[in-house]
Parts: sequence; C-alpha cells; structure tokens
Amino acid sequence: MNHADLEKTYESLARKIDEVGHDNSELFLAKLVLLLAHANGNAIDVQQFINEAAESFDLPGG
Amino acid sequence: MVRPAGRSETDSLYFTYPHFDPPSAAQKNAQQSAAVAIVGAGPIGMTTALALAREGVRSVLFDNKATFNDGSRAICIARPSFYILEQLGAVAPFLEKALGWTMGRTFYRGQKILEFHMPDSAEEKFRPMYNLQQQYIEQFLWQSVNASELIETRWQSEVTHVEDVSGGTRLCIRDPTGEYHFDADWTLACDGAHSQVRKMRGHRLKGENFEGRYVIADIQMDHDYPTIRRALFDPACRPGGTVLIHRQPDNIWRIDYQLKDDESTEAAIDENAVRASVASVLEELGYNGAWELEWWSVYTANTLALDDYRDGRVFFVGDSAHIVPIFGVRGLNNGLADAANIGWKLGWVLNGKAGETLLDSYTPERRAATLDVFANASKSARFMTPNTHGWTLMRDAALSLALSHSFAGELANPRQMTAFTYSGSPAVLSDDLAFSAGPCAGAMLPDVKMSDRYLSECLGEGFTVLCFGAELAQGITEACRKEDLLTVVTLPDTVAGTFAAGDNSAYLVRPDMHIAGRWQSVTAEQIVQAWRDVTFHTDLV
Ligand SMILES: Cc1cc2nc3c(=O)[nH]c(=O)nc-3n(C[C@H](O)[C@H](O)[C@H](O)COP(=O)(O)OP(=O)(O)OC[C@H]3O[C@@H](n4cnc5c(N)ncnc54)[C@H](O)[C@@H]3O)c2cc1C
Repeated sequence: MNHADLEKTYESLARKIDEVGHDNSELFLAKLVLLLAHANGNAIDVQQFINEAAESFDLPGG
Repeated sequence: MVRPAGRSETDSLYFTYPHFDPPSAAQKNAQQSAAVAIVGAGPIGMTTALALAREGVRSVLFDNKATFNDGSRAICIARPSFYILEQLGAVAPFLEKALGWTMGRTFYRGQKILEFHMPDSAEEKFRPMYNLQQQYIEQFLWQSVNASELIETRWQSEVTHVEDVSGGTRLCIRDPTGEYHFDADWTLACDGAHSQVRKMRGHRLKGENFEGRYVIADIQMDHDYPTIRRALFDPACRPGGTVLIHRQPDNIWRIDYQLKDDESTEAAIDENAVRASVASVLEELGYNGAWELEWWSVYTANTLALDDYRDGRVFFVGDSAHIVPIFGVRGLNNGLADAANIGWKLGWVLNGKAGETLLDSYTPERRAATLDVFANASKSARFMTPNTHGWTLMRDAALSLALSHSFAGELANPRQMTAFTYSGSPAVLSDDLAFSAGPCAGAMLPDVKMSDRYLSECLGEGFTVLCFGAELAQGITEACRKEDLLTVVTLPDTVAGTFAAGDNSAYLVRPDMHIAGRWQSVTAEQIVQAWRDVTFHTDLV
C-alpha cells in the first residue's frame, strides 16, 4: 500500500464512521478488523498490531 | 424445577414415574456390607454400578428418593457415551428411543448465519449426538441395574454419614424404618451437585460462576422440524438474548432462553411469564398450533470442580465432583466418562488384576477432562452470555459479519464434546514419537467399519492388543502367562492406514477403549511388560 492508497483508506474510514453514526462506529470497526484479519492477516502480526494500537492508552498491565 | 399449577412434581404429560419402596428388613439383614457402596442412584450412580458389575464386582446403591429425578434435565448424549452404554450392555433401549442428530443451525436476527455439521459418516457406528429426556436415561439404566444380580438398590435410603474405618468406610443410612450402619471397602459418592458426602467430608468445589441465567422449558407440540440444534441470537422474541431449541422424543421440545440482567429470577419462573416467553419463541419459529407446558427450571453457568476426586477410600463421581455449564452438553456426558473410568479401575483392583496405584490415575484423567470441558464451555458461555463490553462487542461483530461471511459464523460453532485424551496420565504410556499419524496414546480408540463388523466389536473384555501382522500377534499370545489377561486382535491391511501401522506395530487398548500405548515397532515381550506396567503389577507381588 503506497501513500496515496493509505490516504484513501484514511478518508473512506472517516467518511464511513460518520455514515454509520456514533452508536454503530465501534461495532463497525470491530467487524472491519475481523474482516481484515481474516482476509490478509498473519496471526502473529495481528496480535502484535492489537497490542501496538493499545500502546497509547497506558493500560495498567502494560 | 417446576410444573404447571395443579400438577405434582412427577406428573408428566408423557412419562410415568415408577414408585420404589424402601428395602425390607430381610433385605437389609441379608447384606450388611459390600465391597462397594454407591451413594446416589442418578444416571452416574447407576452407570458406575453397571461398570463395576461388568468387572464382576458387587455393589449396593443407596438413593434418598422413591423414584427417578423429576423433569428432563440433561437431554443430549454424545457418541462416546453411547460406546460406554454399549460396553455395559445397556445401549439397546437408548438406540430405540433416542433421536440421533448431526447438525445445527444458528440464526442472528432471524437470518441463518451458520450451519454446522458434526463429524459423521456411514462408517460411524453411532451418531455424534442423541436427544433423550433424562428420565428415560434413568429408566433405561435402571432396567439394566435391576436385571443385574450383582447390584442391590435401596431406595428411600439417605446416606447421612460416611466415616473412615480401618480398611474401609462405614456409612450411616436413614430410611423410613430407622437408621443403620453399612460397611463398604470403598464408597463412591454419586450424589449429585449438592453432594452431602462432599460436605460431610469437608470438601468444596472451586471455580467460577458465570453471570448468565437461563430458563429451560419443555413443551409438547406437533412441530414439524428435524432433530437439530437451533440457536437464535438476538431474536425478535428476546432482543439481545439467546434462545436454544432441541427436539426430544414424544413430541417434546426443549426451549432454552437467556434472562436479561434486569429480569428477576422469581418473576421469570412464574408460570404465566414462562408461557408468555415460550409463546413468543414459538411465534418466531412460525409455529401456531397447540402446545402444552410440561416442566421448566432455571440455571446458571458454573465451572466448579474438586481439587481431588479422591478422599481416601471415597471417590467422587459425576456432578458431586464437578459442575459444568450446560453449553456443549457436557454435564451428563462428562459424568458417564467418570463412571466408566472408576468402574473398570476399581473393578480391576478389587479382582486383583491390577495394583492399587491404578486408582491414582482416576483424578488426573477425569479432572483434566473436566478442565478441558471448562475451557470449551467458558468459550461458549462468553459467546452465549458475554458479560463485559469487550466480549459483547466482539460477539456482536462476529454475528453481524456472519450474515454475509461464513468464516465469522464459525465463531458461533458450539464445539460439541469429544472424548478427552488422557496424555500424561499414570495409566497411559508415553506416546511413540515414531508415529507420524494415527490416534495417540491416551486418545479414545477410533472405531472403524470392517467387512463384517466394527473394530469396537472385536475388543476383549479387558485390555486388547491391536496387531497388524500375524507374527507379532502369535508372539504376544505365546509370551503371555495365564494371568496376563490380554486379548490379541490382528487387523486387516485395510485398517492399518487409520493407525499408521506397519507389520510390527501395535496399539494397547484399555477396557475403557482409551489407548494405553502404541509402538511403531515392538516385540511381544515389550507388549506384555507394557501391560503389566499400566496395570501396576509390581504392586501385586
Ligand atoms: C435443572 C437442570 C437442568 C439440566 N440440564 C442439563 C442439560 O441440558 N444437559 C446436561 O448435560 N446436563 C444437564 N443437567 C445436569 C445433569 O442433569 C447432571 O449432570 C446429571 O444429572 C448428573 O448426574 P449425577 O448422577 O451425577 O447426579 P444426580 O442426577 O443429581 O443424581 C444424584 C442422586 O443422588 C441422590 N442423593 C443425593 N444425596 C443423597 C444422599 N445423601 N443419600 C442418598 N442419595 C442421595 C439424589 O436423590 C439423586 O438421585 C441439568 C441439571 C439440572 C438440575
């Protein structure tokens, strides 16, 4: 995925999150993750990305 | 456990409960001690008595009731349990009455998201699952128990005390005519989830309680639908909840629905509330004919077990040792495997065919099986009744995705019970790593359809050695002394593939159909020695 593709992904995600609305956005993102993971995920990468995405939240267990 | 207003506890629409008298004075005088006392004549107590009788061991069963358990309770019997029933000579009425099934359908908001099939084929002797009401299960077991000369049953007889005495146990029994003592070398506590024996002996179940509460209701109706498991997630009749539907013989249907957090248990089991809930489920199913309410009850999902299933000369068997969530239908099936396990082991020890150390393998094998049930059931419970935001969100994401993507529907697969593999048990030898395929040591023997019969029908009463070449088979027969109780079976080449076996390979199979050990290449003497090892013959000399 080049920079232009990534930018496109970013934009269509933002639009879709607004479109499904605040009440559905969380469910929408969870479904998206399952789809992406299933379609082209490598199990180890997926686990690592799950942890990386949570790094900024300063969780009690690290 | 409740029945509609005006009907007594055992007033069923379709089942006639027998009435059992307490034992007479003459009967009690005739037998004041036994090798084995069994507390509780529920399904597990009766199966344990039959398993001991198969080894020629006499037992006395005590039960504090005058009839079978009320209500249908457990309804799903899994394939491994049918092998147990067959070995005990009790399977015929089960096969005649029970409804076999192989598949399930899962719906989300009225749409089918998953159709799962349990492993089955024309090669299999039994179906993966059968539905049968618990009172029939008890009645059919009772027919065998009652016919056995080795089993005496004392109804209306409550065990109030179990004390250790030198070389055995002493029970205190209370029946309608008074109290008396009964001596038994061994006591098997099959007295259910609320086990008095467990409490008397100061033991406690440990583990977790899950939040979800379910109502189970049995109804009678002329509903035309195959025998499969139906699961409804977030249906119109119970928004946000889960409903399970199972067919049973005699036009009885089990409807199982989850209560919401704000629904009180008392209000939910009120007859009118149950009727209204059932009616709305039936409407969702598109059934608008007549129906009658038979029985209902409420339960929660627990994963609780004893740390040790043995306390000296007392063993805990069935629900007295563990309580498992009913998702995946393991409560009864897990207990039947306990019964078969302790049955042959205690039988072999009492007959002097195995050393007493064999009994030490009961807890590790059966407790490990229960922990495995817990792991699976906890997974199912978190899917059926997610109790945090994270579990709920991911469950909903999977269900919602499953409407269009079948891979996500697989996350709703209930993973029904399979027989547990006893690897690492003291009564199982370490696996031969030379095998690249085939069932490993500790696994239940896979059955194979041969030209004129099934492999399971070729097994001996005790241990069996499966050979794949005539020379080794001949050698083992010659190497056995009279006291070495081994049945040797030579299998045709067509079966060797299933076992990844060559001419000098062998599998040693225990009386409970679990594989005690296997060898890619072995000598006759090694086999006989292996048999002596797993039956702890060093104890006997
Ligand atoms: C409402 C309900 C619904 C269930 N639904 C399912 C299901 O759908 N699927 C499933 O797999 N499992 C289900 N179960 C669990 C299943 O019924 C049990 O796993 C099974 O009955 C266990 O058998 P048991 O013989 O160990 O215990 P029990 O069936 O409880 O039998 C114990 C026996 O011991 C007797 N007893 C107790 N104390 C004494 C004493 N001191 N002296 C003499 N006798 C005594 C009792 O009267 C009873 O007959 C359900 C259980 C309940 C209660």
